[in-house]
Amino acid sequence: MSILVIAEHDNSSLKQATLNVVAAAKAVGGDVDVLVAGENVGAVAEAAAKAEGVNKVLVADNAAYGHFLGENLAELVAEVGKDYGHIFTSAGTTGKDFMPRVAALLDVAQISDIMAVESEDTFVRPIYAGNAIATVKSSDKIKVITVRPTAFDPVAAEGGSASVENLDIVKDAGLSSFVSEEKAKSDRPDLASAGVVVSGGRGMQNGENFKMLEQVADVLGAAVGASRAAVDAGFVPNDMQVGQTGKIVAPQLYIAVGISGAIQHLAGMGDSKVIVAINKDEEAPIFQVADYGLVADLFEAIPQLEEELKKVV
Amino acid sequence: MKVLVAVKRVIDYNVKVRVKPDNTGVDLANVKMAMNPFCEIAVEEAVRLKEKGVASEIVVVSIGPKACQEQIRTALALGADRGIHIETDEEVQSLEAAKLLKSVVEKEQPKLVILGKQSIDSDNNQTGQMLAALTGMGQGTFASEVVVEGEKVTVTREVDGGLITVSLGLPAVVTTDLRLNEPRYASLPNIMKAKKKPLESMSPADLGVDIAQRLTTLRVEAPAARKGGIKVADVAELVDKLKNEAKVI
Repeated sequence: MSILVIAEHDNSSLKQATLNVVAAAKAVGGDVDVLVAGENVGAVAEAAAKAEGVNKVLVADNAAYGHFLGENLAELVAEVGKDYGHIFTSAGTTGKDFMPRVAALLDVAQISDIMAVESEDTFVRPIYAGNAIATVKSSDKIKVITVRPTAFDPVAAEGGSASVENLDIVKDAGLSSFVSEEKAKSDRPDLASAGVVVSGGRGMQNGENFKMLEQVADVLGAAVGASRAAVDAGFVPNDMQVGQTGKIVAPQLYIAVGISGAIQHLAGMGDSKVIVAINKDEEAPIFQVADYGLVADLFEAIPQLEEELKKVV
Repeated sequence: MKVLVAVKRVIDYNVKVRVKPDNTGVDLANVKMAMNPFCEIAVEEAVRLKEKGVASEIVVVSIGPKACQEQIRTALALGADRGIHIETDEEVQSLEAAKLLKSVVEKEQPKLVILGKQSIDSDNNQTGQMLAALTGMGQGTFASEVVVEGEKVTVTREVDGGLITVSLGLPAVVTTDLRLNEPRYASLPNIMKAKKKPLESMSPADLGVDIAQRLTTLRVEAPAARKGGIKVADVAELVDKLKNEAKVI
């Protein structure tokens, strides 16, 4: 049975998460086709065709898909996907938006945010903010699934030679239209796929102080994240939030600064390889999960950290 | 216009959950339950729409055991006008919940349906989108701002990389993100008044919906525990450990 992977991209480049999702699809077994839906997506389709293990790339290039409106994408994916055994996409905000709509159109359940593939119908996923791990078996004819990208090692971006096929399917549900967008600008690596993440919480006290973290992040080539408390207090924009309701990250190194470590935050970073906590409260729950904890005033520790890192990196 | 809000009874968000020793699920016996935080935000948004004169009636619906009526009463105390309880002791999964809500939508004909973006127990983030698909409505998911004007609703959505604003024709489905609003507390007089507000009860069978499960949970386990770490004395020792012991920098 073949598997359809819906590519995540921004119309100009393929997001790395797609390579993680292809890896998850390969764990099921069978041919993996990739659907690229968007507007002016030639470069994205080309990149998808080069990914290791991709059998065929299907391209739906139309203005109707340019802003990834869930209503239009869902109709397209349900139409293209109905002959597949599995439909996979990444559990980013785009996938979370259109995929349940696909499942409902096909009258099947969806399995959200899988962390592992046990067999073609059995998958592992976190529940209760990652405090429990459920193994679920689907009895549906088509398995509609979103994948937690950080839980799968990506396939190689080069080396594949899939055929590219243009689809002449235009689905415009006419239910929604794009008005505007506001993109957070950053020169740093993407939070969800960064190897090192430096995050600040309420202890940072204000947005200005996040500059201290940015300087440390620059030394390490890291992304900067935040706890919900820091976002709600208006220190930083919400797309920097790590946690149950924000982004799920699993970098090699996660440095939590002035973050107490609420259940909801741990849900977003608990799978990091090495966790460092810097907090002046030695009772903070974050120290229970940290590999290395430093009880110190962050306003003294962070500038020191920047200096020490400059010596060794 | 009429607004329909769906609320779910879940384990309180501050509770540290325990997995049952037989791995059949999470222990919910004697655990504090509450309205799902995202649903509270949905109720608050509906009440604000009423206060602005946009909404004329707020109907709140919940699916689950008898005890769900507590959460419906809470929503009534916050300002909803009447409640609908779809009573069942069976586990109801997202697609079936969406089908039950679709029947209520057909009966009530709301202009706007507001749900939370996800429940903090199953973490599925599916029901609103599925309901929109089944009813053929547009969807404004992960909303941080909702503006109703005439026959349209403009929704600002929280997405990876920033915000995106879309316009939807009414009727539409909106799911709430945490930053949409800050829910109010129910006052004691309002809690007393809520006891007298109408609450209709029905079963999935009354609505003609089969809630048989598509997904079977084979087992539930506690996540792998992280090994307790060490405390370092100062920044120099921290950097040394990261460089030479953990080898991550």
